[in-house]
Amino acid sequence: MSRFTELFMGMLGAAPKKPEKVADKVQKIMFLKYEDKDRYIKEKLHAREHHNVSHKWRNRRWAVLLAVNLLFVLSFWLDIQILEGSLTASRFVGFHLIDLNSALQVMLAHKHIIVNLFIGTFTVFLIWVLLGGRTFCSWVCPYHLLAEWTEALHLKLVEKKIVTDHEFHRGTRTVFWVLFGLMSIVTGYTVFETLSPTGILSRALIYGPGLALGWVGLLLLFEILYSRRAWCRYVCPIGLTYGAVGAISPLQVSYHVEHCFHEGDCRKVCLVPHVLDVTVKGRASEETMGLGPDCTRCGLCIDICPTGALRYEVKGLSKLL
Amino acid sequence: MSTPTPQKPKKPAMSIEKAQKARRKFLQSVGLAGGVIGLSLLGYIPVSSAKTPRLRPPGALNESDFLSSCIKCGQCVQVCPVQAIKLGDLNDGFGVGVPYIDAREQACDFSCDAVQCVLACPTGSLTYKKPEFLKISDGAMLAAAPILKAKEKDAESTLNLKERIGVARLARPESCLAVQGKPFKGQTRGAAFTGKMRYMDVDRWKPIPIRDHPYDLELCDLCVQACPVKNALELRPVKGADGVERMTPTVLEPCVGCGVCEMICPAEPAAIVVDARAPWKA
Repeated sequence: MSRFTELFMGMLGAAPKKPEKVADKVQKIMFLKYEDKDRYIKEKLHAREHHNVSHKWRNRRWAVLLAVNLLFVLSFWLDIQILEGSLTASRFVGFHLIDLNSALQVMLAHKHIIVNLFIGTFTVFLIWVLLGGRTFCSWVCPYHLLAEWTEALHLKLVEKKIVTDHEFHRGTRTVFWVLFGLMSIVTGYTVFETLSPTGILSRALIYGPGLALGWVGLLLLFEILYSRRAWCRYVCPIGLTYGAVGAISPLQVSYHVEHCFHEGDCRKVCLVPHVLDVTVKGRASEETMGLGPDCTRCGLCIDICPTGALRYEVKGLSKLL
Repeated sequence: MSTPTPQKPKKPAMSIEKAQKARRKFLQSVGLAGGVIGLSLLGYIPVSSAKTPRLRPPGALNESDFLSSCIKCGQCVQVCPVQAIKLGDLNDGFGVGVPYIDAREQACDFSCDAVQCVLACPTGSLTYKKPEFLKISDGAMLAAAPILKAKEKDAESTLNLKERIGVARLARPESCLAVQGKPFKGQTRGAAFTGKMRYMDVDRWKPIPIRDHPYDLELCDLCVQACPVKNALELRPVKGADGVERMTPTVLEPCVGCGVCEMICPAEPAAIVVDARAPWKA
């Protein structure tokens, strides 16, 4: 199976596998890394000591997320008309932009596509092919931000042993994606939109709060008390739609095995830790590896990595420069 | 890695504990899927049990097509000059985020002339021209393009609207001031009412609050005056059950169902109302 297929299957729910073949160069790197245990430990401690713990990418991301959502709000409230509409569909200085998953549900339910719907969907498709699909989740989706905040609370409660995290099968999201699609076709209603916290929150911000926020509250409560980041990890079809679109994206987080001490801090902060399986000792098959389509490019792993083994990368650009 | 693995050893059988854990995880996942899908389908209840249908913005497709095609973005809300359009909440089920008009609070008086909400709609939920395969329900088609009173003197005096969104009806003739032969003086709907309308004699492009436009009428004909469509509503002498002729607001075929009559009616509750999605019956 090619790496691409494997990553895609991983996004759909398959468990990561050990590599069948490890490149000679990687074998050499690993050998040198562990040749002298004392040196290895010393280097590790050295790296830790000199790690400037920062939230650089998280802060930038939050700023972008807030700015995008604020632009929606202000466009309506102050009537500046830059970004009109909400996250499901909008117009940026007149150009149609339509959320890919919402467009999909409407097309399946209504079974008729008008020109504006196609234009808006295609534009957004291109944007996220370039920017990396699930980048939408961590850099734009307002539910992601709320869930990030409540996740901190969940982790505190787990630490105090008040709650435990219940993991579901990651394939559940794929099942949801198919079921929501089927329900749109069969019932003729965009069933998913009724529950989508992304749409609900975006509309609540722009047009004012309503009962639907209660549902969002319940979801957050479920995540705090029962299962870490459950909606984004196991349910939300928006993430899978964007993930599929970003599968061929040039923008990704890449992993450089040479600099890694395999301590696993990155996997602890990650929304989708299975994409960081390559950071487990012995799992990397190439010197540099992309994390694949399910990665939301949130940058938490980049912030936390003490050695710079994880970086943002634009495929092809590094070769050009 | 560096040590080549010899012949793959036989996979050890899964421990009972591990198998139980996997089983539990699977069942929990099924539970999660069932729960969320079940909840999402609850959205069907308000849709199927709705006693009175919502009044949708002009140019809306038939209700089920409207719900399926609306992407719930609210762009129609943003362009409306009188803020007549609101979005449904969770108690609307599948109608959450879908636009509707509460005519009594704020009706569409076509202040925008061009039906801006239709222009704004990205999915064709609101449309000037229905695609061929969507059928037009009986009594929805307007006999002719409605003439907008405000545009009557313009070169193009009609409104680009082919179907009505409802029909007005004198629901409570006993409380109608005209039927009672009574005058009307002052602010209709009181000083606290926030509804707006455009008055051509004030400013064609700037709708003002109705409370800022008091009336003094010998016989109340507010609904007829306010009706934005020509020949849609008239005061006519109609014989009651007692054989006495009284001036009565009478709804005519050009009525598009905008609901301005319902908004302006000073009786509480309104004597004249708009029946959303009702067909025209001669």
